[in-house]
Amino acid sequence: MMGAPATAPAELGVPLPKADALGRWSAVTVAFVSGCIFAAGLTLSGMTQPEKVIAFLDIKEMFVGSFPGKWDPSLAFVVLGALAVALLGFALTPYASIRPWFTADFMLSNRRRVDGRLILGALLFGIGWGLSGYSPATALASLLTGQIDTVLFVLAMLPGMWLAGKL
Amino acid sequence: MNEYAEALQGGILVGLASWILLAGVGRASGVSGITHGVLTTRQQSSPWRWAFLFGLVGSGTFFSWALNVPYVQVTHPLVLVPAGFLVGLGAVMGSGSASGHAIVGLGRRSRRSLVAVVTFAVAAVATVMVTTHVPPAAWWAEAIWEALHHIVGQ
Repeated sequence: MMGAPATAPAELGVPLPKADALGRWSAVTVAFVSGCIFAAGLTLSGMTQPEKVIAFLDIKEMFVGSFPGKWDPSLAFVVLGALAVALLGFALTPYASIRPWFTADFMLSNRRRVDGRLILGALLFGIGWGLSGYSPATALASLLTGQIDTVLFVLAMLPGMWLAGKL
Repeated sequence: MNEYAEALQGGILVGLASWILLAGVGRASGVSGITHGVLTTRQQSSPWRWAFLFGLVGSGTFFSWALNVPYVQVTHPLVLVPAGFLVGLGAVMGSGSASGHAIVGLGRRSRRSLVAVVTFAVAAVATVMVTTHVPPAAWWAEAIWEALHHIVGQ
């Protein structure tokens, strides 16, 4: 009855194109802020320093001397903090029923089957991660910090990603 | 102990960033997925991905400078290239990497993510065991590096 002109396309069953909604500046701003906080967290926690990641993965050091020894449990604390917030936040976000704040829909994986592709991918990722101490997030967060390492790493990572998408 | 507190605080920020992206934009903050999306998806649906990546790279650069993060080279440049390639290949093939599976995936209590996290953790621990405790692991990289220097030098 009232406000008929204002309730234009969505209510008439002609939803806005998805790409249009995603391009809205509010969604873009939120994504930018999220990326900023993400990198701040990675940097503060020391995870952009590959030597700290490798010191975590080097579990043999746990058994040298009294308990933590030279083993660095930092990464476990990072995952603990991140996971606590994510579990709480995601549980409070009703992503089965309503829309996100600034876009038309949630787009999340609902796959449940564990397949060979997942296992093989995780194995290859783990080997590369162990060799370098960099994950895509930490390498990108320290891409422009003035050393050649992460630039080389990212330049090699992009064709790897492209190839995996084609396989 | 201070170091551990910083790790915990940093982790909380990472979790917060993941939640903001999920609740605000409805997307998973898996960095490999977002980067792959920028490489492949049609330009129209990518603005949020570019924005996230700009934030990630820009803020990472700023905080590395502000917090005076030390730089230590731990991996030979010639090892970084295959390592980067494996990380890119494996992350996209396995539908996610550290952030995608260990934070968003586990945060959504996904069984696939749990399997992936356990698998890549075991693979990474085994890899570090070989590279740090088996002495001759780096000799071939040194040899190739020397040879390249020789060729370029002439």
